[in-house]
Amino acid sequence: MAEETKAPTASAGSSGGESRPERSERPERSGPPRGPRPGGGPGGPREGGRKYFRRKKVCKFCVEKIEAVNYKDVRLLAQFVAESGKITPRRLTGVCTPHQRRLSRAIKQARNIALLPFAGRAQ
Amino acid sequence: MNRSYELMFIVRPDMVDEDLNKLISTLESSVTSAGGTTKSEVWGKRRLAYRVGKFNDGIFVLMLIEATGAVVHEVERRLRVTEPVIKFLTVRTDEELKRLDKIKKIRDSKKKASTAPAATAAPVTPATPEAATETPASAPV
Repeated sequence: MAEETKAPTASAGSSGGESRPERSERPERSGPPRGPRPGGGPGGPREGGRKYFRRKKVCKFCVEKIEAVNYKDVRLLAQFVAESGKITPRRLTGVCTPHQRRLSRAIKQARNIALLPFAGRAQ
Repeated sequence: MNRSYELMFIVRPDMVDEDLNKLISTLESSVTSAGGTTKSEVWGKRRLAYRVGKFNDGIFVLMLIEATGAVVHEVERRLRVTEPVIKFLTVRTDEELKRLDKIKKIRDSKKKASTAPAATAAPVTPATPEAATETPASAPV
């Protein structure tokens, strides 16, 4: 496993070695082009080990083709609100920017009409 | 210019149905007399996400209004004056509806385009299940 991961890094280090010599000194850090960007959240690390392989997160709204993000749909909105009542950041949920914008707006409206809590759990 | 709005308000939980209906009908009449149209639905008693005043739950009412801004303003003023109403929220929806309509139209046209070739390719269906089983395996999950 370690050899596999090291082999591409060495090649990447050698190719970029002329311009940035410090790269070859720390081969573990300057990884080869990783496919999906790593991130935390519901996908989560699947296996132990040094390298984390995380699932590429996709926007729920794009996948399920939910276009109408409405403040009345508490069930949907509650999925994107942390237990503290905060809006979960995009980097954790994988929601795309346009949808996050609508989502956050809807959550704020729902808070205003007491469908979602401003802070803490809904009793 | 008529626009569409969504007006949601919460009345105190101990309000009698009769009074609630009266309140709704007065609001509706104030809209319709000004040349708008409304549709109301009562969600019924729901728990509030947080305490409002001294209430932990309330009766939610949703009104869909199609009228000018001035009419909505008047309705809001009435709600503010009406004592059993503990909260209200107005959202303008016409632009959102327009956007959704547009998306729906695009999707429908795409669907038509995709269904037409699928119908012609129907005789080759025995091959498609295999392809369908293969694709998820090769696709990065």
